[in-house]
Amino acid sequence: MSTIQPNIEQPVSEEMQLVRRAKRGDDSAFEELVRRYDRNVFRIAQHITQNREDAEDVVQEAFLKAYSNLEKFQEQSKFYTWLVRIAVNEVLMKLRRRKPERTVSLDEDVKTEDDSLPREVADWSPNPEQMYNQAELRDILTRTIQGLPAGFRTVFVLRDVEGLSTEETADALELSIPAVKSRLLRARLQLRERLNRFFQKKDNGSADDDQRASGDGNQ
Amino acid sequence: MKCSEFLDELTNYLDGMLDARTKSELDDHLAWCHNCYVVCDTTRKTIEIYRDSELYELPDDLRTRLRSAIMTKCSQHKKSDPPAS
Repeated sequence: MSTIQPNIEQPVSEEMQLVRRAKRGDDSAFEELVRRYDRNVFRIAQHITQNREDAEDVVQEAFLKAYSNLEKFQEQSKFYTWLVRIAVNEVLMKLRRRKPERTVSLDEDVKTEDDSLPREVADWSPNPEQMYNQAELRDILTRTIQGLPAGFRTVFVLRDVEGLSTEETADALELSIPAVKSRLLRARLQLRERLNRFFQKKDNGSADDDQRASGDGNQ
Repeated sequence: MKCSEFLDELTNYLDGMLDARTKSELDDHLAWCHNCYVVCDTTRKTIEIYRDSELYELPDDLRTRLRSAIMTKCSQHKKSDPPAS
């Protein structure tokens, strides 16, 4: 029995097939791309803007922009990386509208001096995320990442939360690979430093006002 | 290896992007330097906690509403600016 094989050297990814169908005017294919990536775009947008309404707007505007510019997508990168680049630009426009008195870029608050060196070295509880209930943990993580400069937060979210490669992150943010690596290191170290006070191992298992049981998976 | 040199390579180390020789040098450093071991371990946990945290998940009802709005706008865009055939 013969099978249908595309007569090309490299197989076209399922994603790229959807993109090509969408380019030919098949809106159901574009809708499938929306289904694939709407959660990711929403997460990225909310992480950077820290505002849910802005994140909702960014999701709509980013997909609409991708739709209306699909012809310009050269298929040199993954569609998702291209979409993230559009979404990040939309986020920056939102931030600029929020603070029209100054230019907003992802570089503005990335200081050159090294403020990421570990100051406090304390071991954490073996299961730090189990020291708090879900709502408390979300609150801690949200407040902690909010304190990070936007330029660091963006790189951390793309690399460590969304799982983009260093190259894809550099491509999406139009940064060099060394710049992505440097920001990622500093973002990780700053977050670690800020989480220290919540997740430090307590001596003798003594209770603390801030903390509940030491993590034995009993919650 | 100095602690500052270890720190410079921490991201590559955690991401498994080092050649065997450099990785082995870092492993040796970690074996005796407790501070770097703790920084490395807690940085790894930081990444894992955020990765697993599911902050800002898109609720189903909002997701449906957004997708519907996106497709309506796309359809309007197509009518106002049809693709060249």
